[in-house]
Amino acid sequence: MDFDALLAADARIEPRDRMPDGYRRTLIRQIAQHAHSEIIGMQPEGDWITRAPSLRRKAILLAKVQDEAGHGLYLYSAAETLGVDRADLLDLLHSGRQRYSSIFNYPALGWADVGTIGWLVDGAAIVNQVPICRCSYGPYARAMVRICKEESFHQRQGFELLLTLAHGTAGQRAMAQDAVDRWWWPSLMMFGPPDEESPNTAQSMAWGIKRHSNDELRQRFVDMTVPQAEVLGLTLPDRDLSFDGEHWRYGEIDWAEFRAVLRGDGPCNAERIARRRAAHDDGAWVREAADAYAAKGVA
Amino acid sequence: MSLAGYVLGLADDALVLAQRTSEWTARAPTLEEDVALANIALDLLGQARYLLTYAGAEEGAGRDEDALAYRRPSSEFRNVHLVELPNGDFGRTIARLLVFSAYRYELLTRLADSADPTLAAVAAKGVKEVAYHRDHAAQWTVRLGAGTTESRRRMGAGLADVWPYTPELFTEESAALVAAGVAVDPVSLSEPWLAFVSGVLTSAGLVVPDVAAAPGGGRRGVHTDAMGPLLDELQSLHRAHPGAVW
Repeated sequence: MDFDALLAADARIEPRDRMPDGYRRTLIRQIAQHAHSEIIGMQPEGDWITRAPSLRRKAILLAKVQDEAGHGLYLYSAAETLGVDRADLLDLLHSGRQRYSSIFNYPALGWADVGTIGWLVDGAAIVNQVPICRCSYGPYARAMVRICKEESFHQRQGFELLLTLAHGTAGQRAMAQDAVDRWWWPSLMMFGPPDEESPNTAQSMAWGIKRHSNDELRQRFVDMTVPQAEVLGLTLPDRDLSFDGEHWRYGEIDWAEFRAVLRGDGPCNAERIARRRAAHDDGAWVREAADAYAAKGVA
Repeated sequence: MSLAGYVLGLADDALVLAQRTSEWTARAPTLEEDVALANIALDLLGQARYLLTYAGAEEGAGRDEDALAYRRPSSEFRNVHLVELPNGDFGRTIARLLVFSAYRYELLTRLADSADPTLAAVAAKGVKEVAYHRDHAAQWTVRLGAGTTESRRRMGAGLADVWPYTPELFTEESAALVAAGVAVDPVSLSEPWLAFVSGVLTSAGLVVPDVAAAPGGGRRGVHTDAMGPLLDELQSLHRAHPGAVW
């Protein structure tokens, strides 16, 4: 079957199938950006591993951040099936020519941020990613099935962490509320610009890469999350939040902030990339040694 | 030494090296190595948690794993100096992992036959994990030793950095527990350990460093100046909220 027939049949496109250049380029960009988000996303939470306040939480967090490295690996591998190389994609990340999710340009200022990132950021990621399990490109769709299972575990761990804080001391409750106040709006921005300003959505939908619009997914996330906040006993920082009988309607998102962070002017943009580059540069001699050793083995 | 004191030594070695290893998160040379180092840290943390819980129960003063990890001062930690040293570069990290996991492998292999059933069970589980750590470190030692001029230099330098801290691993500490068949005599581990490590170094084209031993004292609660900052980082958040449940 040719590409259009496969799409029409809602079948999966596989690496050896013929595909339009635009489809290939769009997927490479999206999967790479997704992979980059996983590895940059290790930083804000990873910085709390050494400070986790109990050994159980330390183990949970270490395992979670390890999962994110694993997600990065599956996704770079999925991108490689489209004819690109992980090393080249990393160069594009390091030189700022490919992006990662802007959410990771916000700082994790306290321990409650670890739980809040799990609850809100992973929660939003799941809403974004579950439809990608049905993406038209087979390797991406299959990687997402496993990633979504792990993300859903992380989201519940984050919720449980926050629930513990919310039922804890006054200091712990304050810590939890402060983190939720800071992460709520950025997590809504994770779904991207409003539909009328999202020029690529129509094409991505036609190609079966995207299944729902940004605003649809954002609404789904809000509807799912508001009742969870009530269970936690924490408030969401939006006075306009109200239930209209069907959906939770939310207030105006600060799109100027969204654009500023996207442009590189968020609180941690420079720091995240600098840390990533430093790790890459510091490890260059190790990768060179591994290559040299492997080459000797072949000879 | 009491049984609780002996178990604390085993626990603290694992806890402190888990802490050091987790500092590599999102800093490793490759993504695969990020996964591997996190895995090693998790294994060691798991061993530490079983052992701390057991030490607390044996002590009988109502201290759980967190009371022992978060509310002891440096002078009550019984880990060897080797595990508290800063990571340094990847060469030193691998050198430390090689000598430590080779030691712990020999130790846990024998401890699996301990007369103490709890220690025997923890050791039997741990030795499988440590076998992988040792293998991982050995493979990197060979790759770095035989890779490039630069990697050979760094691997050699890392080994020279950690080697002075290895004699402490084999210092006699608990004769009564050894006699009772509960503890392993560390002196007996030295020979098989050296046989394994020098075999790896030979494959890597490296030699056993000729350096003087560091003074040691970790098992008695005397630590290097790296230990204070490590514990500050580990304990500060927990200590800032007395009585809180996490």
